Amino acid sequence: MSTDGGAAHAAPLMGQSVPRREDARLLTGHGHYTADVNRPGQLYAVMLRSPHAHARLRAVRTDAARQVPGVAAIYTGAQLAGRIAPIPTAWIPPGSELALTDHPALADTTVRYVGDGVAMVVAESLAAARQARALIDVDYEPLGAVTSVAEAMDPDAPRVHEGVAGNVALHWRAGSDPAAVERALQDAEVRVRETIRQQRLIPNPMEPRAAVAEFDAADEALTLWVTSQNPHIHRLLVAGVLGLAEHRVRIIAQDVGGGFGSKIACYPDEVLVAFAARDLGRPVKWVEDRREHFTATTHGRDHVDEVVLAGRRDGTLTALAVRTQANLGAYLSTAAPGVPTILFGLIANGPYDIPVAATEVYGVYTHTTPVDAYRGAGRPEATFLIERLVDRFAHEIGMDPVEVRRKNLVRADRFPYTNAFGITYDSGRYEEALDRALEHLDVGAFRREQADAARQGRLVGLGVSTYVEMCGLGPSEVAGAVGFQGGLWEHALVRVLPTGKVMVMTGISPHGQGEETTFAQVVADRLGCAMQDIEVLHGDTQLVSMGWGTYGSRSTAVGGGALSVALDRVVDKARKIAAHVLEADVADVALEAGRFAVRGVPDRAVSFADVAQKAHLAWSLPEGVEPGLEAEASYNPSNFTYPFGTHLAVVEVDPDTGETTLQRYLAVDDCGPRINPMIVDGQVRGGIVQGIGQALWEGAAYDAQGQLLTGSLMDYALPKARWLPPIETDFTETPAPHNPLGVKGVGETGTIAATPTIVNAVMDALGSLGIHHLDMPLTPERVWRAIQDARAAAPLGAAGAGEGGGMRS
Amino acid sequence: MMDPSHSQHTVTLTVNGQRRTESLPPNLLLSEYLRDYLRLTGTHIGCDTSQCGACTVLVNGDPIKSCTVLAVQLPGAAIDTVEGLGRPGALHPVQEAFRADHALQCGFCTPGVLMTAVALLNRDPHPTEAAIRRGLDGVICRCTGYENIVTAIAHAGARMAAPQEVSQHVD
Repeated sequence: MSTDGGAAHAAPLMGQSVPRREDARLLTGHGHYTADVNRPGQLYAVMLRSPHAHARLRAVRTDAARQVPGVAAIYTGAQLAGRIAPIPTAWIPPGSELALTDHPALADTTVRYVGDGVAMVVAESLAAARQARALIDVDYEPLGAVTSVAEAMDPDAPRVHEGVAGNVALHWRAGSDPAAVERALQDAEVRVRETIRQQRLIPNPMEPRAAVAEFDAADEALTLWVTSQNPHIHRLLVAGVLGLAEHRVRIIAQDVGGGFGSKIACYPDEVLVAFAARDLGRPVKWVEDRREHFTATTHGRDHVDEVVLAGRRDGTLTALAVRTQANLGAYLSTAAPGVPTILFGLIANGPYDIPVAATEVYGVYTHTTPVDAYRGAGRPEATFLIERLVDRFAHEIGMDPVEVRRKNLVRADRFPYTNAFGITYDSGRYEEALDRALEHLDVGAFRREQADAARQGRLVGLGVSTYVEMCGLGPSEVAGAVGFQGGLWEHALVRVLPTGKVMVMTGISPHGQGEETTFAQVVADRLGCAMQDIEVLHGDTQLVSMGWGTYGSRSTAVGGGALSVALDRVVDKARKIAAHVLEADVADVALEAGRFAVRGVPDRAVSFADVAQKAHLAWSLPEGVEPGLEAEASYNPSNFTYPFGTHLAVVEVDPDTGETTLQRYLAVDDCGPRINPMIVDGQVRGGIVQGIGQALWEGAAYDAQGQLLTGSLMDYALPKARWLPPIETDFTETPAPHNPLGVKGVGETGTIAATPTIVNAVMDALGSLGIHHLDMPLTPERVWRAIQDARAAAPLGAAGAGEGGGMRS
Repeated sequence: MMDPSHSQHTVTLTVNGQRRTESLPPNLLLSEYLRDYLRLTGTHIGCDTSQCGACTVLVNGDPIKSCTVLAVQLPGAAIDTVEGLGRPGALHPVQEAFRADHALQCGFCTPGVLMTAVALLNRDPHPTEAAIRRGLDGVICRCTGYENIVTAIAHAGARMAAPQEVSQHVD
């Protein structure tokens, strides 16, 4: 399939790799990103950010800065106190003892991380704003800072917020009764235990955040163009923080250049720009520079986890205990408390049937950039732990990791399957995905090659991950039960115009995921109209009634669900009108390939477009049918969706340099039926590379004083093309039984699966040296040092050769 | 941005085939000139350390990060941006291949990647996979994982049977 579907069609578009309609504008430089927005008479804003991780603000002197020609205003935290409400936290997990603290838009008395806002300058030009910023004289009184959870939880540690003892922001438990867990661990034949650090990541979508605000004083109305994954959530929060009426706030996020979770949150900068536009009566534009992104946009991950996995010598897993310390940074960002709890702790057992399992999480304040959702958000952390520990367990009992997995995967006949944390996996054929992967890679042959390589002193390894994740967020009742301060349903409106052309308004907010195309495919199939006659609109709260946005791999699962229900309603109404026109019984009229026809009398038919016209003319409608042809639907899913799969990687580690070379990467994923296989495949590939990035290259580092050492793209290693091998992808398709389209979501699977796959492969390569766990990123230096240490510790001649990968079977 | 305290310099350059004589401040980056003066907002700014390559344009056929060069440094230069490459309905073969091979997702890095790819194929119409991956060293894409970009560039190279046609588009 290589056309955009120029005419009404007979063959379904569902399942066709239709090229994206988004691409025409994005390929020609005609995208509409926030930084491309310019308003007449606009001013430019820049932020002054704290260079200290923790300091008292003795004075912020702006006199000299105000003298710079072109400066319109300078705002400090002290001036704004009471004029802008604190930046809200929108996820309050029940039972988590959440220590909520105020997050002022600009620091008023204390700065709490490098990057914390101290002042905003608004001027006629960016140059003037920057010049003035340089002249602001801040008198800081530096205070002691804590950057790691271990330091922060020390009773004598400096406190990030007064009154929060031990800097503990939350304490949360889930799963089996702790006594039962303890008993199961004690009684087990085999226990493996590991302390694992999952490093902090910096999201780095290629588009920096930006905001352009315009305020109409006569109407008290704000328009805010902003880099957002969820415009309606931004509307709610921005209105709340500024005390504006929600119906007078318009949020526009047309093209957004990637988010990966970092554009979910409501940030101080966005609110400040809107405030200034109202205060000054002129449009104000702010664009983050990349340096700001590193310190002032939310980070991801940053866990220290202690994990115990127990089981029998035959490979059966019996119990799991996870104890986590999650670094949440200096403030609780919008969704932050839900990430290391709900999205992490409820799926710690992964795809394995482990009868007894529990998670305990401490969320900790530190003097670092706030941590929030980053691609996968909680599920990558959970998957990494169980996948690493299963490998450790396999090694301990001398069984191949593939076989341990096979033995414990939830079997296909056990769905819906409720795990020890009480969540119910919808559907799965986990073993089929594993088998499919093994069709592509012969593990037995690999083990022989590995042994041959070992004899030559070469370190090669195979990594496997059989993952499941929880996405398609989600049932609103569950959202409420777990403390998410919003709904997670989705809205769609399908409007058929008099000419039969179709407009779809969706509450999701795609920013690279391609729903302008995939949703049009769904519409084209259902209504039988041409792709070119369908427009999918999103990202403007004035256009779209309501929505909760794009994150948690929910857009196609939940947004597509809403679309599907709305389409059913449109067709129902159109069928009544068609039956009236055809003088037939409604039950006898069916829509096929864009025509309503009377069953058994194909000549008695009326086109969908004609029905649309008649619906709008309303000259003769059946009794009780209103004019017009549109329908909306609010779809509230009955469950999350649970995509799964098996990923395999083959690596070689150079023992002399510690450098890991990726030789093969193979992914088999199951996200249910694929509306557009090309787009699904693209999501998988991109996700995998982000997961590989965490395993091998990426990692934020703070020094003891809380300075971010990895504060630019020169210091923080994003994956580059030449470091990567071709990736092999394959798919199985197991529908989500509760979803109108059967789809599960695929935006995060690659990232979730890839990180443990790669680390497992490297550890398999190093196993013969007695190295069984290293923390990420597995940089050449870290691996080389581990090899040196292992060699120094081993008896002469014992390390570096012999059996491959530590497998004893 | 414009700073009135600086003296203006007169410079003549050709942007997407159109010759322009401009009076510009000496501290104006080429990227700022394109975006703020000409409103050619297809050239994107993704970083401040010349790492991301989203702002890559062609200067006399060479891929240049437009955030690293001042506009007044380029008298007489021919500058090609993504807006001059092709347009909806009449895409350049590289743009066409990016569309067919799904070599973009959010689209933000895409203009810089496209210009890099055009320059690469102008130098070497049939690059190996390794050469393409090396050639992408100056750009960062966070969405695609690069593989579809590599495929698209290889396909575009194969389709661009007549290199003359390409230079017509970009020179």
